[in-house]
Amino acid sequence: MRKTRRAGSRAFMGLVFLFLYAPILLLIIFSFNAGGSNVVWEGFSLRWYQELFQDQRMMNAVYTTLLVSVLATAISTVVGTLTSVGLYGMKKRWREPILSVNNIPVMNADIVTGVSLCIFFVAVIAGWNDLVVDGWNGFVTFLEENFRRTLPRMPELKMGFLTLLLAHLSFDIPYVILNVLPKLRQMDNSLVDAAQDLGCTWPQAFRKVIVPEIKPGIVTGALIAFTMSIDDFVISYFTAGSTSTLSIEIYSMVRRRVSPELNAVSTLLFVVVLALLIIINVREARQEKRASLPLDGR
Amino acid sequence: MRNKLSWLAAPYVLWMALVVIVPIFLVIFYAFTTANSVELAEMEGGLRGLFSMFTLENFARMGTYTVIFTRSFQLALVATVICFLIGYPLAYVMSREGPGFQRTAMVLLMLPMWVNFLLRTYAWMSILENNGILNNFFEAIGLFSLINAVFGTDIQYFHMIRTQGAVVLGMVYNYLPFMVLPIYSVIVKLDHSLLEAARDLGASTAGVFRKVIFPLSLPGVLSGVTMVFVPSVSTFAISRMMGGNNQMLLGNLIENQFLGGAYNPHLGSAIALVMMIIVVACMWIMNRFGEGEERAVML
Amino acid sequence: MKKITALTLACVMALGLFLSGCAMEDPQSTGGSGAPDSSNSSGTGEKRELNVCSWGEYIDPSLEQKFEEATGIEVNYTTVPSNEELYAQLELGGVDYDVIVPSDYMIARLIEEDRLQPLDYSLIPNYEKIDDQYKNLSFDPNNEYTVPYTWGTLGIIYNTTMVEEPITSWEVMFSDQYAGNVMLIDNSRDAFGMALYCLGYDVNTTNEDEIRQAYELVADAKARGVYAGQGMDEVFQIMEQGNLAIATYYAGDFLTMHEANPDLAFVIPEEGSNWFVDAMCILKDAENVEEAHEWINFIASTESNLANMDFIWYASPNAEALEQYPAWYEEQYGEPLDMELYEIMAAPSEVLDRCTMYENLPAETLALYNDLWIELGI
Repeated sequence: MRKTRRAGSRAFMGLVFLFLYAPILLLIIFSFNAGGSNVVWEGFSLRWYQELFQDQRMMNAVYTTLLVSVLATAISTVVGTLTSVGLYGMKKRWREPILSVNNIPVMNADIVTGVSLCIFFVAVIAGWNDLVVDGWNGFVTFLEENFRRTLPRMPELKMGFLTLLLAHLSFDIPYVILNVLPKLRQMDNSLVDAAQDLGCTWPQAFRKVIVPEIKPGIVTGALIAFTMSIDDFVISYFTAGSTSTLSIEIYSMVRRRVSPELNAVSTLLFVVVLALLIIINVREARQEKRASLPLDGR
Repeated sequence: MRNKLSWLAAPYVLWMALVVIVPIFLVIFYAFTTANSVELAEMEGGLRGLFSMFTLENFARMGTYTVIFTRSFQLALVATVICFLIGYPLAYVMSREGPGFQRTAMVLLMLPMWVNFLLRTYAWMSILENNGILNNFFEAIGLFSLINAVFGTDIQYFHMIRTQGAVVLGMVYNYLPFMVLPIYSVIVKLDHSLLEAARDLGASTAGVFRKVIFPLSLPGVLSGVTMVFVPSVSTFAISRMMGGNNQMLLGNLIENQFLGGAYNPHLGSAIALVMMIIVVACMWIMNRFGEGEERAVML
Repeated sequence: MKKITALTLACVMALGLFLSGCAMEDPQSTGGSGAPDSSNSSGTGEKRELNVCSWGEYIDPSLEQKFEEATGIEVNYTTVPSNEELYAQLELGGVDYDVIVPSDYMIARLIEEDRLQPLDYSLIPNYEKIDDQYKNLSFDPNNEYTVPYTWGTLGIIYNTTMVEEPITSWEVMFSDQYAGNVMLIDNSRDAFGMALYCLGYDVNTTNEDEIRQAYELVADAKARGVYAGQGMDEVFQIMEQGNLAIATYYAGDFLTMHEANPDLAFVIPEEGSNWFVDAMCILKDAENVEEAHEWINFIASTESNLANMDFIWYASPNAEALEQYPAWYEEQYGEPLDMELYEIMAAPSEVLDRCTMYENLPAETLALYNDLWIELGI
């Protein structure tokens, strides 16, 4: 009875995972297809990998995606951690409303975040260009005409990498805070006090006591932020201007004709992530084993 | 000491005010104005101009889109229910397994998220096409000739892509992990002594599940439902790809007003605003309902 | 609108943006020297850039490289799916294209709204090679703003293995015969246009009644389930793989699809159809005006037109290139060009006689198109 139920539940799991992985398997298989179709198999070849590395446009998009994700993750991890420490020290009366605003980018529909940022950036850029750039350049012209001196002119701003990065920060930081703050709360308060009693300055206490305590939270937060950045399409779509990320490139291709190069990109990314996750998990499993031997890890 | 730290949060508070609060107010501002009304107001100037700028015109036009609102909420609801029906048992079954198995299952669940969702959806397109993998497979095993012989029909393929069913499939496929993860993390943390107590008090397995496990896992279910429903109701890529652009959803409507052919960000903002208000209202009611349940259990 | 919100926001954001000053370096050469000569690029040591926006699969990518090598100007090439979406991007702002390649009716609208700048034709010597047939057209009657890029026709693409007899009329787009196997083109002008042709009305009509009838024709067909889907460039994939039988699209794109799937055929229906010219223009607020002229001149050359024609299969307005193409093709591929295909690309005059060009419509008609189009989408 028990056994059949177990077999049944495993079969169910297997089915769900088959459902989740069937399309991915398809992508991987057809990345090695000699032909250009995603339906008909025409023999094995590495052609699409070769073409991928020669495709400047695609490589640019991959580069932009990685760059924006890494930058956004790095900045949001630092800012998010510091902010969490600040929030931790705050009175509840202040902290609660701030946290609910912090939740907005996480809970809100992507498209709403996207269009609101789009309107916002457009307005800021228009204002900046109309006031600051025009004013400055007018001043430079004035100098040139009357005093024969010149200064560098300011180019007009536009939607592009900068707005893309700002947009990514706007949804990455909340994830870091959501992961770090709970760890701070779990932390034993007296630890910091003890460190200071023993003569640590604040930055020292922060570095030597707090950071090690909340490290798991920081790592998870950074990982989630990175995943969110890499995977994001909707918000980037509305804020990237004429810059192209991998998602945007894929979307414009899906509306045309998808080059099997994309299968190759996703296969590569998939393999890298798979390898990383396996390494992390094996290490964690080992650490846990080691930690469970003496008294208790915590 | 601790209070001195709070200044560390100050820059972020300023940042949030800029990139979270101000944009939302901009959306609201756009929703209550039109290109014409702003132009008129600028011409008129002064306080009177300011007042005449605001109009409900965008909301008055909303009636035309009732069909799209209904369709979006319907499809998203169906997708959420299906996600729940698959996701809850999966989370439950996973939590019964050994720790090593659980860890692997979790990784397997998260891993697909690392392949761009547009590409995964695209893979579904080539599976479901009229001339796609599934139909080719059916043809190869002679399913169509069998059906045609038995029923005297003339079927060459099953019509799967570019239907509402395909859109729902795309939503379920993409957002299923968002349902499983929160439910799983709640179930796995349940206090086992509670379950044992229930059993000792004579509850059957089904009884334990219905009276203890399920009510206690409701918070996970609620956040799962939110995490599936919100992106489903507002998607535009999935409906465009799987629905052949024939099944316009709210997301498509909004996108169309900003970057598409219809270009009217004022109307787009108004639609986005109404959508969010409805979603928030739904969530609020659901949470209320959920809290009530929980309290009932505690008593 | 922009002004009011912008004023307040700009002040608040000024500081924040200064901190991220990376966007502010790279001052522009404001063209004081104004030399059109392309070889002076390395002299100033400044990076020269150009932002081009066009349709997908609408240029031979090697041309970009050749241009970059020849001039040292870095080309940022962006694509957009349709005229309407291009317009939305321009209207919304935040993009800074220098050269765009819209179609005739959209050019007329952009000129009317004063969004284009007059070209300096002395910097575009290759303009002379453009056939007179494509000059002084209704969208730019005095030839001040445009250099034609390609021209072509709209027609019906069908899969010969999936239809019973050759298609000759627009009626097939609205009849139940192939219901569920037809793809509707996803822009208002072409979709209502084919209905207007089918009804025998002028495609540039401003008569609300006629336009409404055209709308009814499409909407009714849609309600009866004639259209399996609607899209623009999605049509490539769908038709190439034989997923649907019939679609409306452009001659050049048909030829690309035909390469992948020889079962496809193209017809310009007997009721007539649209012929269009896509032309290069420079936006009024373009920053790289000099570079833009260089690009336009480069693209208008006979060699570029030949390469482009071979890649995208759209007919060139460059008389020399169009004439030389069959011989060029034979030389390149060692086999003669299929003249039937050539005539689809560059429709002969007896076919063109049936075709009309879209003109820009008055604002209220445009608004009507827009409303009806949204209604159709619901």
